[in-house]
This record gives sequence, C-alpha cells and structure tokens, in this order.
Amino acid sequence: MMNGHKASSQELSRLVIDDRRDARFKVHRSAFVSDEILALERERVFGKCWLYLGHSSELKQPGDFISRRVGGRPLLYTRDRDNKLNALYNTCAHRGALVCRERSGNRRAFTCGYHAWTFDEKGRFVGMPGREALPPDATDNCKLDLIHVERLEEFKGFVFVCYDKNAMSLPDYLAGAGEYLAYVADQGAGGMEIVTGTQDYCVGANWKLLQENSADGYHGVPTHSTYFDYLRSRDSTNFATMNSRGWVKNLGNGHAVSESIGLLPWGRPYARWVPGWGEAAKVEVEALNKEIMERLGPERGNVVANGDRNLLIFPNLVVNDVMATTIRTFYPVKPDHMEVSAWCIAPAGESATSRDRRLRNFVEFLGPAGFATPDDVEMLELCQRGYANLEAAPYNDISRGMLSNAPTKTDELQMRTFWRRWRQLVSGDPSLELVGP
Amino acid sequence: MTMQLSRSDAEDFLIKEAALLDAWKLEEWAELFTEDGEYLVPATDDPDGKPGASLFLIYDDRHRLGERAKRLLKKTAHAESPHSRTRHMTSNVAVGDSSNGTIAVSCNFVVFRSRMEVTNIYPGHAEYLLISNGSGLRIRSKKAVLDVDALRPHGKISIIL
Repeated sequence: MMNGHKASSQELSRLVIDDRRDARFKVHRSAFVSDEILALERERVFGKCWLYLGHSSELKQPGDFISRRVGGRPLLYTRDRDNKLNALYNTCAHRGALVCRERSGNRRAFTCGYHAWTFDEKGRFVGMPGREALPPDATDNCKLDLIHVERLEEFKGFVFVCYDKNAMSLPDYLAGAGEYLAYVADQGAGGMEIVTGTQDYCVGANWKLLQENSADGYHGVPTHSTYFDYLRSRDSTNFATMNSRGWVKNLGNGHAVSESIGLLPWGRPYARWVPGWGEAAKVEVEALNKEIMERLGPERGNVVANGDRNLLIFPNLVVNDVMATTIRTFYPVKPDHMEVSAWCIAPAGESATSRDRRLRNFVEFLGPAGFATPDDVEMLELCQRGYANLEAAPYNDISRGMLSNAPTKTDELQMRTFWRRWRQLVSGDPSLELVGP
Repeated sequence: MTMQLSRSDAEDFLIKEAALLDAWKLEEWAELFTEDGEYLVPATDDPDGKPGASLFLIYDDRHRLGERAKRLLKKTAHAESPHSRTRHMTSNVAVGDSSNGTIAVSCNFVVFRSRMEVTNIYPGHAEYLLISNGSGLRIRSKKAVLDVDALRPHGKISIIL
C-alpha cells in the first residue's frame, strides 16, 4: 500500500476503519502482506510490549536453562544459583555467535563454540583463552558479560520480558487480563506447571490472523464441525453445537476474553465430566471439582472450574482454558509466515489418571494434529492466499456485534479490541480510542 | 507363548498399511487395529516422552483413530479438502522381541505430502506392536516418531503417518 514512501501516522491509522456511526469496522489487507508494516510492528509492537517468555515451572532447579526465541530474538532463560530468573540475549560478547545451542538443560557455564569465551548462568563473563592479549580493564564493569533483556517480570508464574526499558510494569500492562491469568493459576491446589512436550509448528499466514482466530467463536461451527461430530460419536450425546454464546470483554491495553460458564459440550479435565471418559473417571473429576469449590469458594470456584475462556493478551499470547488449558504464542518470520509454540499447563502434582485424561483431551482438539487446529491453519493460509487480491478487494470486515450492548463470543469485539490497540501502537498516535463497541 | 514373524512378512504388512494410506482407504487402515489399538505421535522436542505424561501431537485410542479416519474423509475436514497426495516410504524393517502375544516391529519411514503446490516431508521411525491371530496381523500400537525439530515448515499433521 505504501508505494515506496514512508507511511505517515495518519495513513497508518487509516488501515483500521472504526466507523461507529454506521457500525462498520474494517482492516486494510495490506496490514497482512506489507514488509513495511512488519518492520513497524517489530519496532512498535514487539519492541515495546510485554512478551511471554515462559512459565517459572519450566526451570525447576538452579542452573536449569531454556533457549527460546522471543519476538525473533534468541534468548537464554535461566534460573541462577540464587534461584533468580534471568533473560539473557544469547549472543557472545566477542563475535556474536549463540553461546548456547541446546534447547534446554542444566548448566552453570555457557562456552561459545567459536573462541571459547565462557559465561555463567547469570551472564557474567568467566574467562577466555589468551586473556593477556586484551587490556587489563577489558572485563571491568561487566563489559564482556552477556546482556540482560531490558525487563523481566513474573505474574503468578507467567514470566514475561520487554525490550523497552521504560515500559510500564507487567501488572499495569496486563490490566484486566491479570485476573484471568489468576484463574488459571488457581486451578491447582499446589500451583501450576508446564507439561513436557511442546507443539512447535508454523502457519503460512500473517501472525495477526492467529490472534483473531484464537478467540473467534463465530468460526467454531463451520470450521470445526468434524470435531463436534467426534464428540457426539464418543459421548453418544446430541447437543446443540454451540449452545452458549457467552460474552466478550475488553480487558484493556488490547487484551480481551471470550467466556462462558458451564455450557459447552466438551469435557474439562478437572471439572466437567463427559460420558466418553467412563464412569470410573466421574468419581475423580467430581472430587477435583469439589476441591476447587472448597478451596476457592463457590463463586470463584465456579468460574475457575466451569468457565471456558479464550484469553487474548496483546499482542500475541493466547491462554485458552477449554478442553484443556493451553498457552500459545507466535511470531512473524515474514508478513505471510509465523512460527507458533504451544504448551499444556496443568496443576502441579495432579494424579497420573487426571494428567492422562487432560493430555488425551488436549489433543482431541488442540495442536497441529488435533481434530481442529489443522483446519484453523488451513483457513488462515486461505485468507493469506486471498490477500493477493487486495487491490480489488482491499478490506477485512470485523463488524459483527458493533450494534450490540452485550457482545457474545460469536461477535467480533475481541478482534476489534486487538486492532484498536494495534492501530494506536503502529501509527504512534496515543490519542486513538482503545474502547469501543 | 512365543510368536514367530519373519522380517519379510512384517515388511509385507507395513507395505500393505502404507498402500491403504496412500490410496486414502483410511477406514480400512483403522480396521488394521485391534479393539484396544492406539496410534501415537510424540512431540518433536520430546521424542522419548511417555503418553499420558508428555504432551503428544497424537494420542489416539481405538475409537479416536477410527474417528480420525472418518473425519479426514469428510469435505469439512478442511485441511485435507481437497485431499493431499501422499507417498509413504517404509524401510529398515526389523522384527524385535515378542511377549504376551505381541510382536515388536520397527521401521524407518518418510512420508511426502503434496497439496496446493507445496510438498512437505515427514521423516521418522515407527514402533509397532503387532498381534498375529488366525486371520493375519493386527496393530495393537503404532508410534510414529518424527525426526524433525518442529513442524516447520509442515505446520500440521493432517494426514496419517
């Protein structure tokens, strides 16, 4: 769209048409295909927002580490000898090579393979061959240490980083989404943990399409009818496919949730038994439900145990608490290609039978080989292919529910909430409204 | 009791399975499994993970693998509508130990999947537990372990490996 000149703030803000009078909300499809927009997103979105790094349970012992790309940057996530979490840029002070090539492990020292400069798990320079060839003060003031990511904060076990040293605090950033992360943290009496086994995959589509898709109740029936066929066959029940439309809330700062309590047809591993699990499972599921109700009280317990939620944390974190609880994050590699990672989060120390039920239930729908996610991938890729026609057909329509006082999951307030924040950041105009119908 | 199965008989069986998959005779493929059969694919970063303890990509009991077959034959299974073309290559077949009436068989595989002008390659090895009854071999368990670090560039496993 930019025809070679650098887009102005006004031009950028016009990519999103938020017409409240006529209840029309449109997004220009160049936002999904333009290299210039992606460069602006790297600077103004991924360079400024809090991004999910991992869960504190993934590093159990001092010395545990994980190497992980966050916003395209290779990081080292470590638990140090003082039990503190660190996020280090995984790049040697000497020539820049990755100092760690393994995905995970336990170590107190990282030695660069190129010239054997060595750093500890706090990032401190430890040594190099032939130290005497550099001036005596070469290592003073941490000059040769690995560099710490500008900000790292933890919220109820969820660990985030931010590349902007002046960013607001994580709780302020999360705004109303913090409460929803707390519901997940409350599931387990003994805390939560990430289960081993990552679903690492990709989608040949713009990253924003997955944020939209992850809380889109409108596509459930047409895209995923085969999943509902499976549930009917297994549970020998005949339910209306989406018998609750629930509700949607703007949680501030571009975050949103779509939610319903107690009405959907799939089982929940700790709260909602379904016939396909067998009678033996019923006793345990009911006991898990009871434990939550007693620990949290009936009101909060009901929300935690019986609520199905699709939580969107701007820009690219999805916490879906449905037939299992998944954490999903994704980053653009190119305008038309993203890399996705998804994990299962579960109560620490749950029984082997409950864990097994959870993991079976997770992959009945979720993940790149489930009965649903592959079809989402297909749909996003078809959208991306369609954008080759953007000159003739320039806009996406995201208007559903703009006239409603009580928007549901099958409306599109959750997407509009995302796009309003996106528009504000990408255009650099803080006066643009984040709240709207 | 001890079962006897020659390598060539095992290979013939795996070739037959591959042919069913490439012909999209998926319900016939599901029929190869015993009543308590299962089909497993571990996560790419935890190939030695145990089902029920590690998050797998596929953790199908007999009912679900039958439903997987039925699902993929529907026009509404969008990722495979229209169907991809696949080619399953099976090699390095080895017959292992037998116990409790099941025979361990392993092989290497490569599956090519082509659709919408893109071809993806799924390399790996598979571990089977087979049961021989009067009428032939049945699959008690099939675990396909991929030799890729991530489903990139594949994006998904919408076929049967």
